Amino acid sequence: MVHIASEPLNSRVPEGAIETLWDKHRFNMKLVNPANKRKFKVIVVGTGLAGGSAAASLGELGYEVDAFCFQDSPRRAHSIAAQGGINAAKNYPNDGDSIWRLFYDTVKGGDYRAREANVYRLAQVSSNIIDQCVAQGVPFAREYGGTLANRSFGGAQVSRTFYCRGQTGQQLLLGAYQALMRQAQLGKVNIYARREMLELIVVDGVARGIVVRNLTTGQLETHTADAVVLCTGGYGNVYYLSTNAKGCNVTAAWRCHKRGAYFANPCYTQIHPTCIPVSGDYQSKLTLMSESLRNDGRVWVPKDSSDKRPPSEIPESDRDYYLERRYPSFGNLVPRDVASRASKERCDAGYGVGDTGLAVYLDFADAIRRDGEDTVRKKYGNLFHMYHKITAEDPYKSPMRIYPAVHYTMGGLWVDYHLMSNLPGLFVLGEANFSDHGANRLGASALMQGLSDGYFVIPYTIGDHLAKADLPPVPEDHPACVEAVQAAESRINRLLSVGGRRTVDSFHRELGQIMWDNCGMARSREGLESAVGQIQDLRDQFWTDVRVLGGQETLNQSLEKAGRVADFMEFAELLATDALNREESCGGHFREEHQTSEGEAQRNDEDFSYAAAWEFHGVGEDPTLHKEPLTFENVPPTTRSYK
Amino acid sequence: MSGDTLTLTLRIWRQNGPNEAGGFREYRLSGVSTHMSFLEMLDVLNEQLIESGEEPVAFDHDCREGICGMCSLMINGQAHGPDKATTTCQLHMRQFADGDTITIEPWRATAFPVVRDLVTDRSAFDRIISAGGYVSVNTGNAPDGNSIPVPGHQQEKAMDAAACIGCGACVAACKNASASLFVSAKVSQLAILPQGSQERTSRVLDMVNQMDEEGFGHCTNTYECEAACPVEVSVSNIARMNREYIRASIVAGE
Ligand SMILES: Cc1cc2nc3c(=O)[nH]c(=O)nc-3n(C[C@H](O)[C@H](O)[C@H](O)COP(=O)(O)OP(=O)(O)OC[C@H]3O[C@@H](n4cnc5c(N)ncnc54)[C@H](O)[C@@H]3O)c2cc1C
Ligand code: FES
Repeated sequence: MVHIASEPLNSRVPEGAIETLWDKHRFNMKLVNPANKRKFKVIVVGTGLAGGSAAASLGELGYEVDAFCFQDSPRRAHSIAAQGGINAAKNYPNDGDSIWRLFYDTVKGGDYRAREANVYRLAQVSSNIIDQCVAQGVPFAREYGGTLANRSFGGAQVSRTFYCRGQTGQQLLLGAYQALMRQAQLGKVNIYARREMLELIVVDGVARGIVVRNLTTGQLETHTADAVVLCTGGYGNVYYLSTNAKGCNVTAAWRCHKRGAYFANPCYTQIHPTCIPVSGDYQSKLTLMSESLRNDGRVWVPKDSSDKRPPSEIPESDRDYYLERRYPSFGNLVPRDVASRASKERCDAGYGVGDTGLAVYLDFADAIRRDGEDTVRKKYGNLFHMYHKITAEDPYKSPMRIYPAVHYTMGGLWVDYHLMSNLPGLFVLGEANFSDHGANRLGASALMQGLSDGYFVIPYTIGDHLAKADLPPVPEDHPACVEAVQAAESRINRLLSVGGRRTVDSFHRELGQIMWDNCGMARSREGLESAVGQIQDLRDQFWTDVRVLGGQETLNQSLEKAGRVADFMEFAELLATDALNREESCGGHFREEHQTSEGEAQRNDEDFSYAAAWEFHGVGEDPTLHKEPLTFENVPPTTRSYK
Repeated sequence: MSGDTLTLTLRIWRQNGPNEAGGFREYRLSGVSTHMSFLEMLDVLNEQLIESGEEPVAFDHDCREGICGMCSLMINGQAHGPDKATTTCQLHMRQFADGDTITIEPWRATAFPVVRDLVTDRSAFDRIISAGGYVSVNTGNAPDGNSIPVPGHQQEKAMDAAACIGCGACVAACKNASASLFVSAKVSQLAILPQGSQERTSRVLDMVNQMDEEGFGHCTNTYECEAACPVEVSVSNIARMNREYIRASIVAGE
């Protein structure tokens, strides 16, 4: 049973024409006097693109900043792995791009489930991001004459993607990291690496600090501040296998949720169509082959499901280029959700290739014939190299085999136009929030969003909160701090004392399988209901049979994992509940009951044009659903068609 | 995918904490698929250790796709193992043969103290970047991206240096534990690009100074660093850093 709150959520989007909203609002927000900024302390959890850019920018403004990450250095946040690029409405190629077009594409690409005002702002500041990164020395690809190069990416019909070979995320992150380390040198930012956030401290309804575990010493530390900015990334690892880094987790966001922050649209997960398929039970993660490959690669399977010839021996006439067949105007460049479902459809129907039958071909033969191997190498060399390393097959000679994998999560903690959650003082940026991508994210727009949030939104909106809120000092022995430390401690002790037989990873794999089978590319009421039951059972087993060796006072990686998996076990149920509630298909959320006769997703705008923000009442208790109604005044909803 | 399986003897450095004595322990592991990555092989070992009641081997890793720089193992005396231009996480077991003994150690360098087992503390690298590895530009101050043209070949050179993943293999591979390749990669990237020119003098002096303070050794041009580098950062960057350093010393002395 889902309780539904009677009041709609207030997103604090100002009134007015969308083009001028942000400008006017920046004027209307309160400012913190420059001399007073240093009196405010801000905690930033996470040092990826969102957190790194936020912490550096807030330090530059004069705030005292404490920045946290679980890796050994802020430079290693998962953003580093992004390959393809970052969008911006610069219109350098003069091919018809504009803020309006980027806005339009993002709202449409998100299948009309994002908040227009946020998306417009994102498109507006996108150009400033590129300028900022260039000034930092980010080595974006250039034309011979020295101007910035662009490519088309992820089905966009204009070339608006900026890139650094196949290492765009790395270079953008190093830019932000270097800005961050400069503030550390200047004494404005304190860096706390190898720290894991385990609790949010809430005082009189306002977020005022965090409890972290020092991962090297095991010590629980209390950090208080005037605001907390959460930039802890996405929850894709609830599926165990994903393209995310191994440490990606929902823990920080989930602990905030348990302290009152609403979790929005958890069922919106993105399954990326081009990943290296699973090869065995030991598989620990899946590797993305950048979407940019679909600019030149053609996707196909044999026309005859019994055709087991090697790909090079299958003639053109016996191949089914199913994306080109089904979607003639977008072909291989249809958005991710559409491409992923189409591969699943072919493989489920028995046309899949490779040993497992869970793969399709991505073929570069035409591109190599047309442009030459050198050109292809220049564009994709590092990806081909990576593919070769992992599979021991040479993609210059035979087509890659690819299959969809969990990649990105559009859902996250609910935030308003200020990027503040319903808990005052708790801001959420980057992949950790739910804000800008609706039900499906377009390629090269997560990097844009993380940096927009961190460089160009939070520096303004946090000031408004700090200037208005009443923020009495919170000493470390404040009852709220003591209680939060005790909660973290008792959880750790509980994990260490189960003394069962099974490893943490074995539980995580099993959870991942339940999620992939029932809450993956296609979902049904029956499957989701069964998933909820299975998750509950597995969670009970976890707490009676998990084995976590070692102690609390040292580096203990099993303990770290156990805490994260315990949170995934609770979170997974909310994901399935949200997917059950959303009786429609939109973006990455495909409900088998809601499809057209041609197998395309069928949205239900009348009943589901809202963001679903869930309020926690206890593990195993029914959550309350708060709705934020979504209205589309500038981009009227249509059926997304890529035919 | 079918494939062969291996039986291996693993000699692994175990050390409970920074101030405790460490030593090698030997483990037999069978049924290792040649399609596994090196870290997946260690995952399998760890699962078995936990089941048998022994604490698993601690090692650093995160992205497992060769870009975050977190994984950091000495494998048979080679930083990141035998495969050229490859991080530990991208190394696959098909590089090994049935019956092999594999010795696995942490990075060894005074400036990278062991935290536990195979995990080391590389925060010295962060402090070197803090000393000057950036362009001092606050958010909001930037001119239009195209107002700073960078010719294609210059950009490519800067990107070659910028590709460094900060893993520390260069230090681990060097008999002097020098951090010159790491430091020179950042110095070069920012020296090549026009954006970095304003701070060219102070940057190289401050970063080299910090490198010395952290206890890294001196470069004696043995080029082991380049051979170990998983992203093939070139030693020509060290030469550039030396030129930059001499130039800066003269300019700073004027
Ligand atoms: C393989 C891959 C390729 C991608 N390619 C692209 C691309 O080409 N273009 C694009 O736009 N997007 C791409 N994406 C998506 C994009 O990279 C991410 O969405 C984005 O980088 C997330 O940034 P973030 O700052 O929100 O979080 P992250 O970069 O994930 O950072 C999270 C931070 O939070 C910290 N943290 C997490 N949990 C805790 C905790 N409990 N306690 C303390 N600290 C914690 C971590 O240490 C880290 O510093 C890609 C994603 C993947 C997986
Ligand atoms: S784990 Fe990231 S480089 Fe190896």
